[in-house]
Amino acid sequence: MKKTGLVVGVAAVLVWCLLPVAWIVSLSFKSQDAVSNGTDPGFLPLDSFTGWDNYQAVWDDEQFRRAILNSLGISLIATLLSVIIATLAAYAIARLEFRGKKFVLTVALAIAMFPVVSLVSPLFDLWRTIGLYDTWPGLIIPYMSFTLPLAIWTLSAFFREIPWEMEQAAQVDGATSWQAFRKVIVPLAAPGVFTAAILTFFFAWNDFVFGITLTSTENARPIPAALSFFVGPDPFQRPAGLLAAAAVIATIPIVVIVLLFQRKIVAGLTSGAVKG
Amino acid sequence: MTSTVATPATKGGRQAPETSDRAKAESRLAAKLVAPALVVMLVVTAFPILRALWLSFYNYSLTAPEDKEFVGLSNYLTALTDGLFWRDIGMTVIYMVVTVGVELVIGFIFAMVMHRVIFARGVIRTSILIPYGIITVVSGFAWQFAFTYQNGFVNGWLPFIDDQFNWFGDTVPAVIAIMVSEIWKTTPFMSLLLLAGLAQVSDDMIEAAKVDGATWWQRLWKVIIPNMRAAIMVAVLFRALDAYRIFDNIFVMTNGAVNTESISFLTYRQTIEQFQLGMGSALAVLLFLSVLLVAFIIVKLFRVDLAQARGEG
Repeated sequence: MKKTGLVVGVAAVLVWCLLPVAWIVSLSFKSQDAVSNGTDPGFLPLDSFTGWDNYQAVWDDEQFRRAILNSLGISLIATLLSVIIATLAAYAIARLEFRGKKFVLTVALAIAMFPVVSLVSPLFDLWRTIGLYDTWPGLIIPYMSFTLPLAIWTLSAFFREIPWEMEQAAQVDGATSWQAFRKVIVPLAAPGVFTAAILTFFFAWNDFVFGITLTSTENARPIPAALSFFVGPDPFQRPAGLLAAAAVIATIPIVVIVLLFQRKIVAGLTSGAVKG
Repeated sequence: MTSTVATPATKGGRQAPETSDRAKAESRLAAKLVAPALVVMLVVTAFPILRALWLSFYNYSLTAPEDKEFVGLSNYLTALTDGLFWRDIGMTVIYMVVTVGVELVIGFIFAMVMHRVIFARGVIRTSILIPYGIITVVSGFAWQFAFTYQNGFVNGWLPFIDDQFNWFGDTVPAVIAIMVSEIWKTTPFMSLLLLAGLAQVSDDMIEAAKVDGATWWQRLWKVIIPNMRAAIMVAVLFRALDAYRIFDNIFVMTNGAVNTESISFLTYRQTIEQFQLGMGSALAVLLFLSVLLVAFIIVKLFRVDLAQARGEG
């Protein structure tokens, strides 16, 4: 009896999580005609199946290819810089005694809760004045600021768990301080740093507000913004099939990361919030 | 002096007792390590919000920048006496309360399932992380297409809904559609935080309550939930402030039509679509203040609850 309840529960979780994903995949294989005329309203593409046509059309779209490139480049650079800076700060928070530790953590928390849209008008104005509008750095900088809190909280929670005495033990055993750091501390800290990087990447990849307000052309426009501005051949009808194909492509990196690192992501999400 | 800026590697209890020099060196090192993070965080937030505060006292439109003039508090007066502002604030609070409430219930059920289950853990974890990681805009599109009557499946699946029902023609159904997308995307986050809280409740305590004859319902409310109050508070606080900023789903699904606009959306519209930087800045400041207020209220509410819980125990 209890077992059936659990099976039902698991099934509910899986359906909840995967049904909309299956829906968007299904939509991406429906022909544009059938979608706009509503001739094939079912969940699965039956007589409107078009194979890879939508994917081909999306991939042939220069603006979409640029958006993918922008998103990948901007998100990866922001992640790298954010994690480096956060590692330094988290090390200080976890290992050193200093005044203002609370201040740093409070600032981080406050920024994690900051209403992003309230920065839109001042940043829009400022970026246009100093020439960062519609450029990669113009998005990388805000992404860094808004991912740092998450990275600092996650990393300092991880760093607190590291048995730092082992570093001294290695030195007592004759290792130089560099060897002790590289052979002992780096392998212990790496999983935490890696987890923080994944969460940071997700944030940057997902951002929409900065993406639409601080860019105006395919120069720097990331995928979420490009998706929302995507207009097919008919400007009065959203090209659902094409959009779905584009959305599926934009989701592939997320799915790959989740498949490879699910355990780490869960650990990172909960450690920062609960132990922090 | 400079030689005392020791590398962290040599920090340890084996050496001489701590001197104030040593503490100072540690402080200096910490300041150097923390400074880049603080600067980056504040440059993009503190400075722009101060600038917004300054701009909010001006009548400043990008379409006529040379007409910029100081108008004092008149932008604030205009906003605060306009029904639109209050309607959007009310809408935002409704979005926040309903989505967080529903997520708390569904997220808790999911957390219970994940806590108990011993098979297929990897599969469940993978699936639950997909909505978490997916782009909100994609979630918005998926649900918008699902709800449209021309080609969506929702009308066909729901027994009491007419097949031609237009979800985006009126406020209430459109808001429901937006909330569904929001709830779908963010419940996993909630349930993972609650799962972590659930893992900290000791099984012995639950077992003891069982032995004492507590029913399942009593164990849930008297043992499990009070013991994971901290996790619930973190989850609610984070999600509520996130929900209060709702923007992406509204932009994609209705673009603010049929009165579905939130306060974030109004601020965006004033600035980017109408180029009213002065008014937009005033709204930005009000948005910022209202988030502070919401955070304050939530913290206060939970403190009261915590005190009550302690009184009971």
